[in-house]
Amino acid sequence: MGLTRLVCALAAFLLVWPSSLILGQTQPQPSAPSFAATPEDGQWAIPQKNYANTRYSDLAEINTGNVKNLQVAFTFSTGVNKGQESAPLVVGTMMYVLSPYPNILYALDLTQAGAPMKWQYNPKPAAAAQGVACCDVVNRGPTFSNGKVFFTTLDAHVVAVNAETGEEVWKTKLGDINRGETMTMAPLVAKDKVFVGISGGEYGVRGWIQALDINSGQSVWKAYNTGPDQDVKIGPNFKPFYDSDKGKDLGTTTWPADAWQQGGGTVWGWLSYDPDLNLLYHGTGNPGPWNPNQRPGDNKWTAGIFARDPDTGEARWFYQTAPHDIHDWDTINEMILLDMEWEGKPRKVLVHPGRTGYLYVIDRTTGEVLSAKPFHALTASTGFDLKTGRMQVNAEKEPVNNRVVRDICPTAPGAKDWNPSAFSHKTGLLYIPHMNMCMDWESVEPNYIAGTPYVGAEVRMYPGPGGHMGEFTAWDIREGKELWTINERFPLWSGALATAGDVVFYGTMDGWFKAVHARSGEVLWQFKLDSGIIGQPTTYRGPDGKQYVAILSGVGGWAGSIVSNDLDPRDGTSAKGFVNAMRELKNVTTKGGTLYVFKLP
Amino acid sequence: MRTLLILPLLAFTLAACEREDREYRSNPVTAESQEKIALVPLSAGPGGPTEQRSGLGKEYEENAFHISQGQRFYVWFNCNGCHANGGGDSGPALMDDRWIYGGQIENIVQTIREGRPNGMPSFRGKIPDDQIWQIAAYIRSMGRNVPKPAAPGRKDDMSPGPAEQRRPPGEVIDGGQVPPSAQMPQ
Ligand code: HEC
Repeated sequence: MGLTRLVCALAAFLLVWPSSLILGQTQPQPSAPSFAATPEDGQWAIPQKNYANTRYSDLAEINTGNVKNLQVAFTFSTGVNKGQESAPLVVGTMMYVLSPYPNILYALDLTQAGAPMKWQYNPKPAAAAQGVACCDVVNRGPTFSNGKVFFTTLDAHVVAVNAETGEEVWKTKLGDINRGETMTMAPLVAKDKVFVGISGGEYGVRGWIQALDINSGQSVWKAYNTGPDQDVKIGPNFKPFYDSDKGKDLGTTTWPADAWQQGGGTVWGWLSYDPDLNLLYHGTGNPGPWNPNQRPGDNKWTAGIFARDPDTGEARWFYQTAPHDIHDWDTINEMILLDMEWEGKPRKVLVHPGRTGYLYVIDRTTGEVLSAKPFHALTASTGFDLKTGRMQVNAEKEPVNNRVVRDICPTAPGAKDWNPSAFSHKTGLLYIPHMNMCMDWESVEPNYIAGTPYVGAEVRMYPGPGGHMGEFTAWDIREGKELWTINERFPLWSGALATAGDVVFYGTMDGWFKAVHARSGEVLWQFKLDSGIIGQPTTYRGPDGKQYVAILSGVGGWAGSIVSNDLDPRDGTSAKGFVNAMRELKNVTTKGGTLYVFKLP
Repeated sequence: MRTLLILPLLAFTLAACEREDREYRSNPVTAESQEKIALVPLSAGPGGPTEQRSGLGKEYEENAFHISQGQRFYVWFNCNGCHANGGGDSGPALMDDRWIYGGQIENIVQTIREGRPNGMPSFRGKIPDDQIWQIAAYIRSMGRNVPKPAAPGRKDDMSPGPAEQRRPPGEVIDGGQVPPSAQMPQ
């Protein structure tokens, strides 16, 4: 055992060594920008850990040598048996845990043995919101700032809660469930504003992002992602890099008449913020409906990335990863802000592992794509044209009404969905939890009825090449290629966490919480939780000075709704085709909702 | 040759006439059938709950035409967006044996008309009464709670699994059972 581990470590060392030796002299690895590389305070105050979204902690008490000794410190039930996508936060001596609908916020006192509950806050969202949540009733986390905890509720409210007492400070209604509008994302707070967006891309919702005043909850600005320039906050300072994004009112002219009104482009994923450039970055969701034949044109400004002025909402640049998206490829995945040398010059970049299957490295001052490299088996596209910034779509895989098009890779949830990667400031590598799946797709005529789904596609998914559905990949951004990959039976729907102890964490849908060696990919420790894992691991220094690692178990989300919603495995098209691939999940895990916290003995 | 083909066709059509007795004038959207039904088998006092069914339900769910119309309307009114082809999505599975709000056709009619608290929209005033019955009859066919000859055959779109007609006859279990995720895998 000891010897094998030594041999493995040595082999891995040799594997990593030559490339870092050769390239280390010419080009350094990308690094976290200074605003994300501040001294470690031992807290985990926002799900992204920092504005750059690196999800990296400088804590190193738990390391590659001792991680095998991790043991349970305490647990806590969220009381809700639905998909737990949220990140446990730690600020000072308190831990904050947010449940899926009905979105209960718990505060746990870390100074006491067993971390007892100090208070709970229940926003009591409307029960009917559950019907218009496309993909389980999830929530991706609360966020902390200025003594308050902020989060969104399924029935489209944003709340601010006093972090000390659990008292509601304000609560603002921003959407209408009768129009299919819900909220699931984790807000981001920057300066004196709370940034939030709307979900409902499968219900013909017209997507937007809003800034709320941190003290009053009043809307300061609101920018739509479809429609006339004025609504989108496109003005003279909008300078997109590519010609296809230049022109007047593209948010209406790239759609059939009025189709932009139900055009999607929702905002339900991760926000990043660069305080030096004073730019807020957000993605936009898929265009609605899924059936692309209903909406000829590029369908601006869906399935792309906006850089906006956080003070006014004004758009600065936009890049569309999937113009006229044909496969539900939202661009809401994490955008990791890094500094990196590119062809001899330092560049401020934004790294985005996309649903399209490409990992984009984009200049975050201009929106220019520096590279786009595939990290998933591809049949839907044949390559990427750096001149136009467009992926080359494989015409054979384009949907035709009432015909089943087969073997499209990646699938509707993409090469990778919302669950965020982590970037290690130490190894300079990106750790990507993602999928390996393909699908059959039939476009059918959709029918817009407000408050009901607006999709127009029948889908069934299945494993990609090799037969496994999940992959955990260490990615060399500079080289544009993977260093190592761990295959998993089920799709990976949990986030990743990187630490200075050179240990990286993630969880699997069949319930294994894993710690792997950041350089070799060797699995150093694993522990079976009570239900599948789709949450975001976090780490912190407790009041006792020791390092802890926290994760929520509780399978669900789009991929796991076969279990959390008791779907019938005989219908492969359930959960928009995910059930076809996930039948076996019912045999290996059940519903759950438990916080697990680990520490060294 | 041609007569040979036409004859059995005629015979089929005539045979179909027998069970395809139906009204051709559809009800206005506001018309509403009244069934006296309960949501639970439990009642205060001895005996079960007092119920009175008009027999309309039987007429609909034993009729292939009504069921196939229901199949069309099921997609038309976006039921499939929330319930897929019966396996469920944001809404519960409808092809299984578990019924939160009752699995008899009269219960299903009521579910569609009134909506249900955890996200089932009310379709009152949006779907004409007879079409609600047709959709309900189709839903009864998903778990094969209708006679085999009346259940739909294979559909044209992507096949989600075996057609309703080929499914084994089902049963209906009302109310809060052990959630399927807590049962042994079948
Ligand atoms: C917006 C999503 C949505 C749409 C559209 C929708 N449903 Fe539902 N449906 C639900 C949800 C959610 C529930 C569960 C309600 C509850 O538990 O309170 C439900 C429950 C039901 C039930 C009760 C199941 C049981 O176990 O008792 C039936 C029957 C049903 N729906 C049929 C339909 C039909 C028929 C249509 C189309 C006319 C339809 N639904 C449209 C979301 C939807």
